[in-house]
Amino acid sequence: MSTREEAGHVVVIGAGQAGHQTAASLREYGHSGRITLIGDEGVLPYERPPLSKAYLKGEADESRLWLRPETFYERHAIERVTGTALAVDRAARTVRLDDGTVHRYGHLVLATGARPRALPVPGSGLRGVRTLRTLADAETLKKDLAGAAHVVVVGAGFIGLEFAAAAHDLGHEATVVEALGRPLARVASAPTAEHFTRLHERHGNELLFGQGIARFHGDSDGADDGDGAGEGRVAAVELTDGRRLPADLVLVGVGVTPCTELAEAAGLRVAGGIVTDSRLLTSDPHISAVGDCAAFPHARSGRHLRLESVQNAVDHGRLVADRLTGTTRTYDDLPWFWSTQFTTTLQIAGLGHDHDTQVVLGGDPGNSGAFSVLLFRGDDLLAVESVNRPADHMAARRILGSGIPLTRREASAAGFTLKGHLKEHLGARSGRPVPVTV
Amino acid sequence: MPKITYVAADRAEQTLDLPLGTTVMRGALTNDVDGIVGQCGGYAQCGTCHVFVDPDSLDKPGEMEPDEDDMLDFTACPREPNSRLSCQLEVTEALDGLIVHLPERQT
Ligand SMILES: Cc1cc2nc3c(=O)[nH]c(=O)nc-3n(C[C@H](O)[C@H](O)[C@H](O)COP(=O)(O)OP(=O)(O)OC[C@H]3O[C@@H](n4cnc5c(N)ncnc54)[C@H](O)[C@@H]3O)c2cc1C
Repeated sequence: MSTREEAGHVVVIGAGQAGHQTAASLREYGHSGRITLIGDEGVLPYERPPLSKAYLKGEADESRLWLRPETFYERHAIERVTGTALAVDRAARTVRLDDGTVHRYGHLVLATGARPRALPVPGSGLRGVRTLRTLADAETLKKDLAGAAHVVVVGAGFIGLEFAAAAHDLGHEATVVEALGRPLARVASAPTAEHFTRLHERHGNELLFGQGIARFHGDSDGADDGDGAGEGRVAAVELTDGRRLPADLVLVGVGVTPCTELAEAAGLRVAGGIVTDSRLLTSDPHISAVGDCAAFPHARSGRHLRLESVQNAVDHGRLVADRLTGTTRTYDDLPWFWSTQFTTTLQIAGLGHDHDTQVVLGGDPGNSGAFSVLLFRGDDLLAVESVNRPADHMAARRILGSGIPLTRREASAAGFTLKGHLKEHLGARSGRPVPVTV
Repeated sequence: MPKITYVAADRAEQTLDLPLGTTVMRGALTNDVDGIVGQCGGYAQCGTCHVFVDPDSLDKPGEMEPDEDDMLDFTACPREPNSRLSCQLEVTEALDGLIVHLPERQT
């Protein structure tokens, strides 16, 4: 292989949403060198969102999950390799896999994603105490659900709530245990959280707040009250207040840890994720990091962020592909996200963590089925959370994405709509004539 | 199986026999047809599976839901009266012979 060819060889570790996108966009943008996509799951790259939704409920089969068919990778000469990357040698620019093969790269992209955090309590190794990240996890959970009588969910984040909703739709009443005082505490505003609390309660799911997990009890640890480690099947969840909930299936959804081991061992900067600059380059100019594993500078706040969303994975992949094909830009794409529970869809545009005030459009979040919460810091619009209001969400994405100013006062005016506001600002630009394609 | 024809922005055509119950978007992805992105996976959340229904097959798809209508206001290539989100077009016998034109861009 000539040096020239090697320089153009892009190796991607992690064949998930971000790894797939990087490889696909590289070809789309005209990269002509080799592309190797290394993944340890042994299946085609797939989308994870349905794993806690339609797939879990049996409404979508496996083939519905693949991001692209096998022929896509063949057609675009993307070499898919199944294996686990064990080490990166930065001096030699090589990656070593578990089967001993060594891949030499011109540029390396780390797209290793994240893995669910385990609860460090006795009994967490019992059968029936599960997490949900992969297709294999979802398959196991599907089987577990079929025979479950008492479902307990630990953590009222998106995955926990989505799982609880799916469990309900499959005929189970789930109990959700959350350490904090409300659901979605890290990811959504109080009014939106209130809506989802009521939504679950209306369907018969119970939510317990301010409760930690003391331990999981197995079906065979009664006599000696042993440590429950590893043996037997889960039978009960003991809360920190001493209460015991019967449980034969427990889904632990208490967040994820980015997969950074490879990067750390290779001496790259790691701090709550693989640290990148604004172009998603790590501390080694021959290595990029994308998706759930990457901690990148957020253009609007200057802080390093790590996000877990399809949007983030896809837009990261595109930016790196752009850079490797000659168009370098600073990452500044607007974060957006969605979650579906029962028949309710929440869509979030922007990041609202630092908000100090909010304006609600539409109905009362506690009681109505459709509303949007606009989150402000001072007079800056940070984020918009929309429940069953897709037009608000799309307008919000345009407004936030192109920096169209919107003050609290304007948003509070009678008759205000996000779409109306957007139209006003686009004014002259809208209505451009477009040829009918037919 | 209903036949659906995809006409790319460069006018290249592909006709697929699609099983009942899938969608025009999913059919394109599964069969490796370029020009449809489907970033959200088919839930009318992202507007990246926009298609223009050929004037000759306008009568084939059913009415659209309000969500789809709303979303179509925000596609990368502006909507036309014949615009649809292909993730919302479920393949039924009634769709046999449908021709859709793909926009130049989805993102
Ligand atoms: C159940 C569930 C529901 C979700 N729902 C939504 C949703 O509704 N909306 C939304 O926006 N986002 C959702 N997400 C989040 C979204 O799926 C993730 O943010 C996205 O998958 C991140 O992509 P990624 O490529 O960074 O990581 P991943 O998709 O996790 O891919 C990383 C891949 O790398 C592999 N890997 C890791 N280390 C190695 C190694 N050393 N060698 C080889 N391979 C390796 C992993 O096995 C994995 O296959 C959901 C996630 C889950 C789990």
